[in-house]
Amino acid sequence: MTQPSSSHASSAGHHHPKYLAHHFESMAQQNASGKLGMWLFLGQEVLFFSGLFLAYVLARIIYPETFLAAHELLDWKLGALNTIFLLTSSLTMALAVRGAQVNSKPQMFYNILATLLLGGAFMVVKYIEYSHKFHDGLLPGHFFDATKAMHNGQLANIPGAPAIFFAIYFVMTGTHGLHVLIGMGLMLWLLVRIKRGDFNSENHVYLENVGLYWHIVDLIWIFLFPLLYLVR
Amino acid sequence: MESNRNNAPQSAHAATAGGAEPNYINAHKGIWSWMTTVDHKRLGLMYLVGVLSFFAVGGIFALLVRTQLLGPIFKGASGKQEWLFSGDTYNKLFTLHGAVMVFLVIIPSIPASLGNFFLPLMLGAKDVAFPKLNLMSFYVYILGGAFLLFSIATGAIDTGWTFYTPYSTTTSASVISAVTGVFILGFSSILTGVNFIVTIHKMRAPGLTWTRLPLFVWAQYATSLIQVLATPVLAITLMLLAIEKTMGVGIFDPKLGGDPVLFQHFFWFYSHPAVYIMILPAFGVISEIITVNSRKQIFGYKAIAMSSVAIAVIGFLVWGHHMFTSGQSELASAVFSFLTFAVAVPTAIKVFSWVATMYGGSIRLNSAMWYGLAFLFLFTIGGLTGLFLGTLSVDIHLHDTYFVVAHFHYVMMGGTMTAFVGALHHWWPKMTGRMLNEFWGKISCFFVFTGFNLTFFSQFLLGTKGMPRRYATYLPEFQTWHQLSTLGSYLLGLGFFITLCYMIQSLISGAKAPRNPWGARSLEWETDSPPIEHNFHVQPVVKHGPYEFPEIDHSMSTGGGH
Repeated sequence: MTQPSSSHASSAGHHHPKYLAHHFESMAQQNASGKLGMWLFLGQEVLFFSGLFLAYVLARIIYPETFLAAHELLDWKLGALNTIFLLTSSLTMALAVRGAQVNSKPQMFYNILATLLLGGAFMVVKYIEYSHKFHDGLLPGHFFDATKAMHNGQLANIPGAPAIFFAIYFVMTGTHGLHVLIGMGLMLWLLVRIKRGDFNSENHVYLENVGLYWHIVDLIWIFLFPLLYLVR
Repeated sequence: MESNRNNAPQSAHAATAGGAEPNYINAHKGIWSWMTTVDHKRLGLMYLVGVLSFFAVGGIFALLVRTQLLGPIFKGASGKQEWLFSGDTYNKLFTLHGAVMVFLVIIPSIPASLGNFFLPLMLGAKDVAFPKLNLMSFYVYILGGAFLLFSIATGAIDTGWTFYTPYSTTTSASVISAVTGVFILGFSSILTGVNFIVTIHKMRAPGLTWTRLPLFVWAQYATSLIQVLATPVLAITLMLLAIEKTMGVGIFDPKLGGDPVLFQHFFWFYSHPAVYIMILPAFGVISEIITVNSRKQIFGYKAIAMSSVAIAVIGFLVWGHHMFTSGQSELASAVFSFLTFAVAVPTAIKVFSWVATMYGGSIRLNSAMWYGLAFLFLFTIGGLTGLFLGTLSVDIHLHDTYFVVAHFHYVMMGGTMTAFVGALHHWWPKMTGRMLNEFWGKISCFFVFTGFNLTFFSQFLLGTKGMPRRYATYLPEFQTWHQLSTLGSYLLGLGFFITLCYMIQSLISGAKAPRNPWGARSLEWETDSPPIEHNFHVQPVVKHGPYEFPEIDHSMSTGGGH
């Protein structure tokens, strides 16, 4: 739809495609910068979550029996369903990037839409899980309500510090869920931009970066699921 | 490389001859043009104003702390009497001094202000890689600062800037708004770091190879790595702290089954690397000031560049030396002690290289160089006393005494802030297009240097005598040293006040600055003072290293290698 890339000619200052920012010399430079920036941002995402994983490990070392008993109260089937949702959404996201590479607007649009819906499905399942926990009083810190949990037929007695387990559960899945929501917001914006015809094979670093972000959100869930739902 | 050394500046000159293009300050007018600017130079300037304002705020807190310690007036053998502030107020004062100075002043000081301004110029780029992100970082910084100020207005915090649990999770002080502020400030720091790394990788001018980068750029690179990789850990730590405080979670509170030392590990995993976020840019500044004002190729370019990266890497692995007395295992303490010593090696490489650069150089003692030399003295003392504290047995005696206070002030204040003020003198002509008053520059440097040493050397002595930190009162035998220290802090304040005066005078009536007042060789000096909006008239092409000074090369040709 626009003129082909011409990274060599553009170093003379002419021949700027309209989506090339003024401070870059070529699309190659602009795209490489965008992608490197995203990878660095993902690096800090990993370190952000690493703190939570460390807290998890330490709490589990101190209270192994709590983790074993309390994880029974999480529904591993719902967790597995969510894992399938996210893994599939990573596939559709990758297909959307492919769509940009081959200049196919429908392939971009419908794959992003599918990714968005799968993300939404993940959040719906998460909502169901959270409301169960709220109902049963399985909450972090001093909101944890053992009598309510017992009344609702949950395990009568969790040894150690169940309030810490549920704190870690809610903080980890909550922080992750927030990332899913942010990703969904970005995808809404992507849909608008795809409709507008902003992306093509030469210029789609924004789409690709949202994809990278979405994959890391997926990857973090791949660790969260066994750590929280499949304790042995 | 040798034969072409003068080409680049001349070609830049030729392009200006045509007519006076507006510079970055007067290219657009009105407050709105500043608030929505994506120009890295304007943002650098805005950060500078922000940082200097908060520096004044933090400085006033410091002077209040020192004034409290002039007293107390002792009565009889039995006891002491309160003077000026109550113990609670005093706790808030030193906490606010620490939090403001660390999070709002020193961490953003050199990177956000001078880094933003000069990094693209030194690279021969038109801007940083992500200009809009840069604008966002600035507003995030202001927002974080607003939260900290809000916390001050709603009762202030008294936890110390380290927010140690379980005190911070049980005190009634406004900890939540303060840690939210620091959390937000962290975002600003991360985004700036990402921006700089990408800029250095992708925006270098043709011919500007990695070994032709000014060392300031190398230092910024290492700093940015730490900013990106360490700051998120602080973010998650503070988030857990806030959740613990609001919901009584108990990850950190032993009463609820948690581990308070875990918080210290979390906190120092960020905050020790953060010390290098603070000092590495200062190293970069000193490499520029010393070399330009010695008019000689820097000694050990690659060693200095690589030592910045080495410090960044090893700096991640020394956090445990803050916990020698916290019940950490002996093995862990021994390993952390060893690694702490290891980080002194690349640091010493830098100091030796700067001294060797001056040897045989043609030294120009302008006010920037005065600050540079002050840095060498103060930082060396600060660095070496760090080794005292890294030694296990000695640390048991000195831990949480004024010795620690003096040590990190020698590094942070004597190191970073001295370099920062020196850098302002060095680059002021480029930023504002005006020269500073050299005479008053030296007077202020004299006051800063003398005042600083009086303030903090006496604290080394207090520390070895056993004066603990963070106390509003003390035993009578410490009074003389405390009063000397307070006197020094007033001299220090006077020094900075003089600086403020002649900086304002320079803006109003300073002499017009030429393009390259110090005869430096790096790219930022090849454009106008102040630079035009898009930095360079024509894309610069680099044909020489940043420190190849033509006239001194000849006289040094018998000197050998470097």
